[in-house]
Amino acid sequence: MAGSDKILEEITSSEYKYGFTSDIESDTIPAGLSEDVVRFISNKKGEPEFMLEYRLKAYRHWLTMKEPTWAHVKFPPIDYQSISYYSAPKKQKVLNSLDEVDPELLRTFEKLGISLVEQMRLSGVAVDAVLDSVSVKTTFKEKLSELGIIFCSFSDAVKEHPELIKKYMGSVVPPGDNYFSALNSAVFSDGSFCYIPKGVRCPMELSTYFRINSAGTGQFERTLIVADEGSYVSYLEGCTAPMRDENQLHAAVVEIVAHKDAEVKYSTVQNWYPGNKEGKGGIYNFVTKRGICLGDNSKISWTQVETGSAITWKYPSVILKGNNSVGEFYSIAVTNNMQQADTGTKMTHIGKNTKSTIVSKGIAAGKSNNSYRGLVRINKGASKARNYSQCDSLLMGDRCGAHTFPYIEINDKTAIVEHEATTSKIGEDQIFYCNQRGIDTEKAIGLIVNGYCREVLNKLPMEFAVEAQKLLAVSLEGSVG
Amino acid sequence: MLEIKNLQVSVEGKEILKGLNLKVNKGEVHAIMGPNGAGKSTLASVIAGKQDYEVTGGSILFNGKDILELSPDERAKEGVFLAFQYPIEIPGVSTINFLKTAVNEIRAYKGQGPMEAKEFLAMLKEKQKLVQIDTNLTGRAVNEGFSGGEKKRNEIFQMAMLNPQLGVLDETDSGLDIDALRIVAEGVNKLRSKDNAFLVITHYQRLLEYIVPDFVHVLYNGQIVKSGTRELALELESKGYDWIKKEFSEIPA
Repeated sequence: MAGSDKILEEITSSEYKYGFTSDIESDTIPAGLSEDVVRFISNKKGEPEFMLEYRLKAYRHWLTMKEPTWAHVKFPPIDYQSISYYSAPKKQKVLNSLDEVDPELLRTFEKLGISLVEQMRLSGVAVDAVLDSVSVKTTFKEKLSELGIIFCSFSDAVKEHPELIKKYMGSVVPPGDNYFSALNSAVFSDGSFCYIPKGVRCPMELSTYFRINSAGTGQFERTLIVADEGSYVSYLEGCTAPMRDENQLHAAVVEIVAHKDAEVKYSTVQNWYPGNKEGKGGIYNFVTKRGICLGDNSKISWTQVETGSAITWKYPSVILKGNNSVGEFYSIAVTNNMQQADTGTKMTHIGKNTKSTIVSKGIAAGKSNNSYRGLVRINKGASKARNYSQCDSLLMGDRCGAHTFPYIEINDKTAIVEHEATTSKIGEDQIFYCNQRGIDTEKAIGLIVNGYCREVLNKLPMEFAVEAQKLLAVSLEGSVG
Repeated sequence: MLEIKNLQVSVEGKEILKGLNLKVNKGEVHAIMGPNGAGKSTLASVIAGKQDYEVTGGSILFNGKDILELSPDERAKEGVFLAFQYPIEIPGVSTINFLKTAVNEIRAYKGQGPMEAKEFLAMLKEKQKLVQIDTNLTGRAVNEGFSGGEKKRNEIFQMAMLNPQLGVLDETDSGLDIDALRIVAEGVNKLRSKDNAFLVITHYQRLLEYIVPDFVHVLYNGQIVKSGTRELALELESKGYDWIKKEFSEIPA
């Protein structure tokens, strides 16, 4: 239709809102990766010996590995020697209150819309803000420590709670698990560590904000969440990054351990720079996220809204070891312009009476490629396992692609596995119907997309749900087709 | 209110409307009748602003404004409402949310603030009663799983909620049984006022028993060839369209 093509060309996407750079002096080491660099990182962080050993072992293993090529994404080869593996803001004093925080840093956080001051006063959310590779002092530390909850930077945890790190780090994602987890295990910068003691219900949502600042710095964050018996925690992860011309690698590892009767809710709203309309620049988001329901009756839920990154490659997964354990994966993945996504989940049923739910909503627009890849594996002996999977793809326009690669491996006769998939398009007729009721096209798309994603949006903690809805609208601007 | 002058419309290169003229004033109900393929739905779509149709000549003035210059949503905000012949489903979007958005968009266009939730819900209840639409239908996604009759009633319900100046009913009676027809017609009649106007497009005279028009026009071969009162509709009912075709075939372009 002549008319729609015109609209397609006329409407330009809104500028990436978070594109700006801080002026904070950075302590960046020259590019390149070697054993010396690994030692440098460990030394700079003042890590104990065991951590350095862990890193070196992982690094040596990484050298023997080959980058995987099976994903439905295309990208030019990454030169691992041209990345700088450490960058930290120079001021590293211990700060007792926000008054002592570098004002430039505070201004950065304000621009991101997450003024720590506001956070402290209004929402009651404890924030551990990570700027590049070093954490700014965690707020609300005292309140949480009263309950015995540990919520600190990963670097601090290595020093202050080595026994927990030794026990759990690598227990869900071993260094040799895949190419990028090996790299991460060698050069991880920082991240969050969270431990909830027995029977404790964390009273507030824990959250972390990330940012990539310096050019050429790969972000290798590492997060570990351990929920002891009968505990509960809801964790939020939200990311933004400034405009860049060179691709930036983001190879994170997140491990979750849920003991008997414990529950962990992990929510992500990801908004990394997606590259420009021609596909230049943008973050490579290659992440390994995995949780293990170790104890009986435990539960792990992953909820994600992925709208950014040039390439998204991640499969937040759950290993359902404990009897009656529950794994959930709720996802909205949006790709526009030239973005690519290959994302999904793996649910491995090992214990008895385990249950998993997968709801994946892919939205492809522009010339992007959006793939869902999921594995539901029911091991022998995992009796009465139940899985429900629903993968929906929504296409906007006729130059994008949506693909589904579901794998189902059932090795137990008592399993019940349900799989539904739909592919749909936002019809011109639907848009015209909305138009005729006084709703312009951009708003109509917003309404329809939000309706499409409602099931997943409802799973997010409220403040995130609002941000997510706005994000969906911004990501899809100019995608009329 | 509505002034259509010498309207010429083509679809995919084929000329459908060949110089249509029509004038509708406030407080009037005009019926448009005609055989299949005459261009009735084309007329409705062009007024609403559907993109597939190319206006090759003529004009449409709405309250003195050239609405051919306006986008479909702008026309709606000006006060044009089309009750679709085949209302489309919008899964995931509840009718309530849909209408709340529409109401507030129109209010914003007029420089008014959004309607308060309480007020909106009150209006919703009032209009539901007016057109006798089941309350549980409005909680569902727009037209999803609705029967044909329910969809048509939903169109009239939306018209009641948005209160347009001009309501264009595109074959609203198609697919309705006698009872549904009566309920839909009653709804429209309750909305009639001296400030609004209706364009009722239909094949059959039956609807016009309930929605009594002030004027009846026959659309044939892309033009309005005959106009009259409701007597004309009765004449068509008894004679069919053949006499029209005979009288007006080979109309000069």
